[in-house]
Amino acid sequence: MSYFESFWTGLCMLQVNRMRSGLTMLGILIGVAAVICVMSVGMGAQSDVAEQLRTLGSNLLLVRPGAQLSGATRLGAGTAHTLTEEDALLIRREIPGVQLAAPLLSRSAQLVAGDRNWSSLVAGMDDDYLVARDWRIATGRMFSAAELDNGEKVAIIGLDIVEQLFNGRSALGETLRIGSVPFVVIGVLDKKGLGPTGISQDDIVFVPLLAAQSRIPGARPASTREAMDFILVKVVDQQLMPDVANGIAALLRQRHRLMQDEPDDFSVQNPADVLNARKDAMHTFSVLLLSVASVSLIVGGISIMNIMLVSVSERTREIGLRMAVGARRRDIRRQFLAEAMVLALVGGLLGSFAGSAAASIIAWQAGWPVVISPASIMLACGVSGLIGIGFGLYPAHRASRLDPIVALRFE
Amino acid sequence: MTDTLVAVSGLCKSYRSGAATIRALADISLVVEKGDFLAILGRSGSGKSTLLHMLGLLDRPDSGRYILNGQHVEDLGEETRAAIRNREIGFVFQSPMLLPRATAVENVALPLAYAAVGRHERDRLAEDALAVVGLAHRASHWPQQLSGGEQQRVAIARAIVTRPALILADEPTGALDSATSDEILSLLARLNSDNRTIIVVTHDEEVARYAGRRITLHDGSVIKQDAGRSIRLAGVTQNQRAAS
Repeated sequence: MSYFESFWTGLCMLQVNRMRSGLTMLGILIGVAAVICVMSVGMGAQSDVAEQLRTLGSNLLLVRPGAQLSGATRLGAGTAHTLTEEDALLIRREIPGVQLAAPLLSRSAQLVAGDRNWSSLVAGMDDDYLVARDWRIATGRMFSAAELDNGEKVAIIGLDIVEQLFNGRSALGETLRIGSVPFVVIGVLDKKGLGPTGISQDDIVFVPLLAAQSRIPGARPASTREAMDFILVKVVDQQLMPDVANGIAALLRQRHRLMQDEPDDFSVQNPADVLNARKDAMHTFSVLLLSVASVSLIVGGISIMNIMLVSVSERTREIGLRMAVGARRRDIRRQFLAEAMVLALVGGLLGSFAGSAAASIIAWQAGWPVVISPASIMLACGVSGLIGIGFGLYPAHRASRLDPIVALRFE
Repeated sequence: MTDTLVAVSGLCKSYRSGAATIRALADISLVVEKGDFLAILGRSGSGKSTLLHMLGLLDRPDSGRYILNGQHVEDLGEETRAAIRNREIGFVFQSPMLLPRATAVENVALPLAYAAVGRHERDRLAEDALAVVGLAHRASHWPQQLSGGEQQRVAIARAIVTRPALILADEPTGALDSATSDEILSLLARLNSDNRTIIVVTHDEEVARYAGRRITLHDGSVIKQDAGRSIRLAGVTQNQRAAS
């Protein structure tokens, strides 16, 4: 009897005991559905982080000012005003392996356009910042050298600003007031989505660095005008990142005239590390959930084994007859193995649909990012097939070892 | 070229039942020619079913020789014995033993599924076999739609579908009323007249009436035989008490 025929017989057997087959398959169905659902949600979360990593830009180091001392109290990273545009310039010039160093100065400001207003982040940048982060301008253009040098009142805005202030229509050439100072919109950025901290990266207005220093209201005291929020350093090669980080630290210590026993008044971080750590944590969590879901697959396998043992015992005389008319032991084994596999595979297939449906409902209801990949469905079906083989092997073996005479006499 | 189909000599078989050893067959020797219709008679426990199982390669003797269709079969491996059962032997049991989830023609075709016969050829051969037993019109019926006699005829069709050299029937009318029994035995006699070799095991003298020759077993030994043209007893032993 061919493999195909054994499978066909197995499929026919499903119809004979529909209720029993259905209940047996339910175990595998629930297991596979749980696995697919967990994998889809897990992969969705990971792809979300991967997307954040992508929009972060690659090979980046973040240089931030250190903590400011207020008496004996340290106020936290970024509170000191120790980084200047010149630091950025020197980092780029002096340290080998640095492709560019982009300083950024940002502050929150009230934006007004026509009769609408919106509070957002206004950031002063030079021409390197967008390159460092691999951000592209969707429509319009980048600041010209003259606009940067003169600190002219031009702005490049994110999509959220277009939505909030211009109601989604093209904002190019429109005037936008930051505080009371009018800026002309010359570019709109591509969509970026949420950043690592969960804040929209599209809710931002870029202006020339000089304009941010001199024209934005609510500026810091004159003494700190030069101070940058951070300097983003892009390194040419990932391998060089530790060396570059050390180089930056040495250079800044020297420039800030720090004594040997004084702590750094800045910090150099790799922002990708944070995201990678989050990705790892999600991966661990997914693996944990997957192993819980896998338990139900094993339970499903056991119920298949149980029902196959019942089936072997019920059909003992049939096995005897098949042996009498010429079935070899391996024919009998193959037949029962095929039936177990059909149970597991049909259960797995239905479970894949159920799991995909559940993941879609989660995506729709909870708004989580969900990735239903054909690979995970194929994997789940493959695993359920293996479970069919694994748990069907013993009953099939038992059937094949029956003594034909005893089997024929079985009542 | 010999016409001997079955040649058995010195066949012994014992079973252990707890501490006791039960002797099922004691030094049985027998020859069956092609085209014979042999009845093996005996009371329950006489060893007749055990002998049928030996002849049908479902069981192995403790000692003795068995030549089937010119081939020594007593020491063959499981796979080869299964293949010989499939090719050379057709079984008819007391109950028809039809698969309830298969139609008459599918039941008849079952042995062909293990003989690597193609699907269409299988159906054709099974329909031919059903025609031989007079059930061509019932081919697509389910077993539960057939009467007891019809079911047993389907079982006979299944036994002849591979055109085996030997048909073994174990109390083929044991579960049937007398009219239906006659019908089944007439069918077997007709198959025998078509030069098919048939061995029937029964406790019923009436059944044995249809057979050309018969032997009677008691306590695993042949106690009586109708020596005839086609049946010869060889190697008569001390255990055997020749009657008449």
